[in-house]
Amino acid sequence: MSVVTDPARPAVAPEAPKPVRRKGSFGFNSVSPREKVARYVLLVFVLLITIGPFLWQLSTSLKGSGEDIYTRIPRLLPAQPTFDHYKAVTDTIPVWDYARNSLVVAFLVVGGNIVGASLAGFAISRLQFRGRKIVLGLFLATLVLPGEVTIISQYVTVREFGLANTLFGVALPGMIGALNVLLMYNAFRALPLEVDQAAIVDGANAWQRFVYIGLPSVRGTISVIAIFAFIGAWDDFLWPLIVLTDPDKYTLTVGLQYLSGTFSNNPRLIAAGTMIAFIPIVIVFATLQRFFFKGVEEGAVKG
Amino acid sequence: MRSNRWFTPWVLVIPALTWLLVFNLWPSINTVILSFTNAKPLGGGTFVGLKNFETLLHDEQLRWALLNSVIYMVVCLPFLTVLPLLLAVLVEKKLPGMTFFRTAFYTPVVASAVVVALIWQWILDDRGLVNGLAEKLGVISGPLPFLSDQWLLLLSAISLTIWKGLGYYMIIYLAALGNVGRELHEAAAVDGAGPLRRFLHVTIPGVRGTMILISILISVSALRVFSELFILSGGKGGPGGRDNSVVMLIQQYSQGFEGNLGYASALSIVLFFVTVVPMLVLARLNRRGAEA
Repeated sequence: MSVVTDPARPAVAPEAPKPVRRKGSFGFNSVSPREKVARYVLLVFVLLITIGPFLWQLSTSLKGSGEDIYTRIPRLLPAQPTFDHYKAVTDTIPVWDYARNSLVVAFLVVGGNIVGASLAGFAISRLQFRGRKIVLGLFLATLVLPGEVTIISQYVTVREFGLANTLFGVALPGMIGALNVLLMYNAFRALPLEVDQAAIVDGANAWQRFVYIGLPSVRGTISVIAIFAFIGAWDDFLWPLIVLTDPDKYTLTVGLQYLSGTFSNNPRLIAAGTMIAFIPIVIVFATLQRFFFKGVEEGAVKG
Repeated sequence: MRSNRWFTPWVLVIPALTWLLVFNLWPSINTVILSFTNAKPLGGGTFVGLKNFETLLHDEQLRWALLNSVIYMVVCLPFLTVLPLLLAVLVEKKLPGMTFFRTAFYTPVVASAVVVALIWQWILDDRGLVNGLAEKLGVISGPLPFLSDQWLLLLSAISLTIWKGLGYYMIIYLAALGNVGRELHEAAAVDGAGPLRRFLHVTIPGVRGTMILISILISVSALRVFSELFILSGGKGGPGGRDNSVVMLIQQYSQGFEGNLGYASALSIVLFFVTVVPMLVLARLNRRGAEA
């Protein structure tokens, strides 16, 4: 659930036709030097707005305790850079345990979605069976339902399973997202039917067609789903906040909220805590961004 | 085509279908059932009839929450429909370093709402960056209470949502811009249309469908806002609880001995109807526009 409804996830847009790209027609695409300068000025301006706050927080987290962080003339570079506050955070709250908890939840969600969504997506798009349309309709119907609407009764369900206040309970509802099933359905559908027919003539059964024909051709979509399932689970706040009551079991986001509530008078400490939650996800995204943007161009995001 | 055995497709579909039934469909039904009870977070509860819905009518906090949601949506809509499109046009050209800029603009989306809200909390603090700079420049004489004034707090959360959403909608527009035929742009350029006119008469009509989809996404996510307001208000929902959102109220009733899952479910039903309205309105607009 948390994964499907997370705002950090591109949605399925209606456009069907593939982008028309003409290679080699540079005449129209060329940019005059003046326009180039204007574009870069704008780009840097937007960059300052989007990245500036993160840099400011990083800077605050590194500033020494003796340094005036409230000065009216803001200094981006710390005068007495120190990692003390990072150490102080780990002494104040079990931040590494929280990070491990977040990681456990994220891996369960990523694994569940890759397996569950690709199996179902393959069956709905490549196999004929009675009730196929109804199944597809059910998955589509859930898209209009914001996750927050059912979050309370979802909690009741998880509690009934005896999983309230457990990490597994946090991960469980999001382990197969309806949107991911639909994305996989779309990805498999792009494969020509003739390939399947040829494979059937050669005696391949459904499972073999899934493993040897289906999966290799949808790697782009799988990576997009994996990236977003990971980010969604790592960033989720509301659902773990509802499920977890025991501070030992907190995930990073809930733990950070706890930290900021308890130590709101020490901005350096909170800054260090936020950086511990922020830096891993940036590294994950920066490393995998080419798969993500490729996936966007291939239409994995557009549906 | 035929599968060898009739149950093969079902074996593949059943895990996902089970999740759908257990964690989507059943909770939808159960939300309605729960809303007629006084179920407690730790278990138990009995049927109370329409009591929760009667309470809804007199809930002053809910009234504020609904007002906040509408303001949130109305302010977010124009900014998040237009700014990301401009950004997408800006990063569309293949210039050196564009991958870096695209990734950087997307960073606020990737970061957790909790992380960015804590960062903004520090920037908007009475002694934070914004107040410090503004005082230095002489724009204001004393610090503006961004985090303690009812309306400024709401406005701060809205700005945060807009800032965090820029990259997200930029990517959706970027995918759509690829579908706007270059021939149209070239033809318009040959006819002497400048960049502005091409933007208004070629780009915008070309991404019209995406724009409507994005408007729906913006409206629904504005009505569902939680983390930004929760963190910026320190979990308290602003002065007198007047800066709550509907989801924040749901969360409040979901916990502790004072919690009431029955009432939280009734609030969830309100949330459902509130989010369905913009979807219906915009979908209708879309159909009418397509006919015209």
